[in-house]
Amino acid sequence: MLTLGIDCGSTTTKGVLLDGDSIVETAILPTSARPRERMAELYGRLYRPEVECTVTTGYGRALLPQADRQVTEITCHARGAAALSPGIGCVVDIGGQDCKAILLDRGGFVVDFAMNDKCAAGTGRFIEMMCRILDCSLDEVDEFVRDRRPVEITSMCTVFAESEIISLLAEGHERGDIALGVVRSICRRTAYFAQRLSPAGEVFFSGGLARFEAFRSALEEFIGLPVRTSELSQFAGALGAARIGQKKRPAASAG
Amino acid sequence: MKLINTLPEVFEEFNEQRKNSFITALEMKEKGIPFVGVFCTYLPQEIPLAMGASVVGLCSMSGETIPDAEKDLPRNLCPLVKSSYGFAKTDKCPYFYFSDLIVGETTCDGKKKMYEMLSEFKPVYVMELPNSQSPDALELWKKEVVKFKEKLESHFGVTITDEQVRRAARVKNAERAALREFYELMKLKPAPMLGQDLYKVLYGATFKFDKEAIPGEIHALVERIKAEYEAGGEDSPRVKLAGRPRILVTGSPIGGVTEKVIRALEDNGAQVVVFENCSGAKAVDEDVDAEAPDIYEALARRYLNIGCSCMSPNPNRIKLMGRLIDDYQVDAVVDVILQACHTYNVETYKIRRFVTEEKGIPYLSLETDYSTSDIGQLNTRMAAFVEML
Repeated sequence: MLTLGIDCGSTTTKGVLLDGDSIVETAILPTSARPRERMAELYGRLYRPEVECTVTTGYGRALLPQADRQVTEITCHARGAAALSPGIGCVVDIGGQDCKAILLDRGGFVVDFAMNDKCAAGTGRFIEMMCRILDCSLDEVDEFVRDRRPVEITSMCTVFAESEIISLLAEGHERGDIALGVVRSICRRTAYFAQRLSPAGEVFFSGGLARFEAFRSALEEFIGLPVRTSELSQFAGALGAARIGQKKRPAASAG
Repeated sequence: MKLINTLPEVFEEFNEQRKNSFITALEMKEKGIPFVGVFCTYLPQEIPLAMGASVVGLCSMSGETIPDAEKDLPRNLCPLVKSSYGFAKTDKCPYFYFSDLIVGETTCDGKKKMYEMLSEFKPVYVMELPNSQSPDALELWKKEVVKFKEKLESHFGVTITDEQVRRAARVKNAERAALREFYELMKLKPAPMLGQDLYKVLYGATFKFDKEAIPGEIHALVERIKAEYEAGGEDSPRVKLAGRPRILVTGSPIGGVTEKVIRALEDNGAQVVVFENCSGAKAVDEDVDAEAPDIYEALARRYLNIGCSCMSPNPNRIKLMGRLIDDYQVDAVVDVILQACHTYNVETYKIRRFVTEEKGIPYLSLETDYSTSDIGQLNTRMAAFVEML
């Protein structure tokens, strides 16, 4: 059975075409200011006539008229993470504009969740801003902070952290040391946030930042639990959506 | 007239009651009936009612006057406090304008400091509400209730007799009994109406000034809802609202803009079955013993019992919630916290523990304000919460 999951996040739009347990194809596009067009474009790229169910998620989930169902990113991330890393007890997702922690039961179902959707601190946006000031490309962040000694960043607010970094640069601190400080600050914040749910077992780290070892290891240190990622971490939401499509047929036939 | 209206029209009429009563209020003013504006459920309405005054709630539910309020008040303050002050300052709310006396209580920090400022341009009387429910506190509150009666007597040049107060207590008891009869319909499973409609009636009823007419009107509504429910058919709530997870809403005062939370829950497939907030069961659950030897003590006892988070500790909120969770077969609890409402915000810790550990059902708390900027996130959160149930 072929299903399609599309996750329209604030920064990127991801799609997964799924056939049973195997991923047929994935695609990713920057969302930019045109979520509707991006979803349509991604749908055009991945859709085949044999697709039996299309499920959308993410903040733009309502924008694809062809979708059979819309499911929130909380449920989709949980389902996708449980598929990528069976047996995990918690998902931490650092998204472009929010950050979430999701607690799962043994069956991979959501038992509780927490969301920071009020503030840019502790989100992908925060890192993008900091990278720009430090003149470092996000893709090279692992290289940039390797073997560095972190400078502590104390500001929790994106705006204030920016001025703090500028002062640190003016004091002559190395860019890499500051960058590592930024990475650790966001991970510390995220870990405290996730700990409100009292997670246990292994943690799955999803979202775009999960690609970087610097973030994974810092998160692991602060959360005090093993943190797993996958090459497909960024697609966890889309994969979860595609898997949900397998279980539940479109509402019409489910009665 | 009412009989030909459909139920949704009746609900809408209650929804518009606040506005519709402007004219009634004006007419009453012209007849010389005094108006007492109040902020909080701790206020024993029996006393102004005993002297024949009308009582109107002044807690403001819209963001409209917040920018005006923020000229005097800090931004990081509860939106209800800011909005109420803003409406008073700008005189945009007719009820503020009509109020011959505004009565507040020393409840939360935001409100009591706001009353100080309000008293500079409005006639304000503040009752000293204790912050615990101990025997000493009861004694203080009883004195405050008597002092409030004396204040009304001197302010309006009237005499209020015990018998008048008892009579008012009976009228209020009848009103409370009618409202309970109404919201207890939600014990039915599936529920006979959406939580949004339930709320419209509870809120609208507070703007009906003829308190003695309320029981009859509410009772007729109850009978109609029952009849439509039992009639069945495809359009019956019994069919339409079947299978929805049942939610208890608690926390800060809600209404107006914050009904966005109720809508987000119900648009995403849940069903609010009971409001524990001060516009719901908290205000209506308990009656006054109108035949007690000392009517002022009976009033003090009843009102001090209210389980608001400004009490420390606040066991009655947990007690009431526990009972409501059982009686209404509640599947999950949503705690709505207004921004900068410290007492309810801090209490989320205990409420979460009570709901998840003792009651064994899911709990979600969320902070919101009188803007609509968080509607997208609110929808996602509520949808995710409903998907989890």
